Amino acid sequence: MKKIILILTVIATGITMNSFTPPSPGYSVGDKAADFKLKNVDGKMVSLADYKEAKGFIVIFTCNHCPFAQAYEQRIIDLHNKYASQGFPVLAVNPNDKNVEPDDSYENMISRAKEKNYPFPYLYDETQEQARAYGATRTPHVFVLGKKGTDFVVQYIGAIDDNTDDPSAVKTKYVENAVEELLTGKKVSNNFTKAIGCTIKWRKA
Amino acid sequence: MKQFILAALGGLLLPLTAFSQQQVEVVKFDFVESLLKNNSDTTYVINFWATWCKPCVKEIPAFELLHSKYQDKNLKVILISLDFKRELEKRLIPFVKEKNMKSKIVLLDAPDYNSWIDKVDKSWGGAIPATLILNNKKNARQFYEKEFTFEELETHIKPLIH
Repeated sequence: MKKIILILTVIATGITMNSFTPPSPGYSVGDKAADFKLKNVDGKMVSLADYKEAKGFIVIFTCNHCPFAQAYEQRIIDLHNKYASQGFPVLAVNPNDKNVEPDDSYENMISRAKEKNYPFPYLYDETQEQARAYGATRTPHVFVLGKKGTDFVVQYIGAIDDNTDDPSAVKTKYVENAVEELLTGKKVSNNFTKAIGCTIKWRKA
Repeated sequence: MKQFILAALGGLLLPLTAFSQQQVEVVKFDFVESLLKNNSDTTYVINFWATWCKPCVKEIPAFELLHSKYQDKNLKVILISLDFKRELEKRLIPFVKEKNMKSKIVLLDAPDYNSWIDKVDKSWGGAIPATLILNNKKNARQFYEKEFTFEELETHIKPLIH
């Protein structure tokens, strides 16, 4: 009997451990996004459900330290200022482990948000659970969600636009195009793009 | 006379310094494309990196060691920097000089990332460091979106060199 219990315990431990192994493939376009509750730089918890009027969200995994994320800070602010009032606010999420990248600690998020005067929530994914659920792999990494009934469905995954370094040389604004299409009830025509970015700094086991 | 000797010495030294100095060429994606399509029996270790990327910088010595140990064995290490082009002079070149890097280094000036990432490898999400080990003659192609140690790199290239 003892042996059986031991075996069962071993099996159960194996299953539990497996379920915690990153990285998961995460969301694809068309998947329903689960709600979350993450701490904002003002200390308050933020969930998708808090936004009763939202038609969708521009969820952006980003951080403080990465030059590619920094290159997009102003453009992320502009996206929020343009689309929050139309029902698509930005939710910025920092998924990096502070031990691997101290610049991305919660305290440093607070200073960055103040410095840049972020008009959107800047949320701390301390457990990295959301980055894993979404399948974010780099910063910045954008997920545009659109409301379908009571659900939020992933409608676009990828980059903000096609020129990180030089905003004036941008030819295609992927996220803007996606949101514009959603606002007019269309399907997003270009719903997946790739970009160079910083790796997400996963917690070391 | 003194002046003449100095001038002669200078004349000798100048080309020498220029020769030992690592050059960083700015390339477009067609450079990478021709590497990907080459038909030689050379084993290419192609690493995508940037000076601002901490995990990339950490693994540079492993690539440098691979270069020095296997350059006579038909192996070429190519470090493709994704630093912004405007930072070539003020960041990348000083970095390469300071570390006295010997592998081939190019700056890839191809800002429309989405147009070429899949051509390097479909499984690449775009995070760096990323490394492609390629020997087209041997039909070998391995892509990794991860950090490497020298020992790991060596294990991967050993079956491909002779």
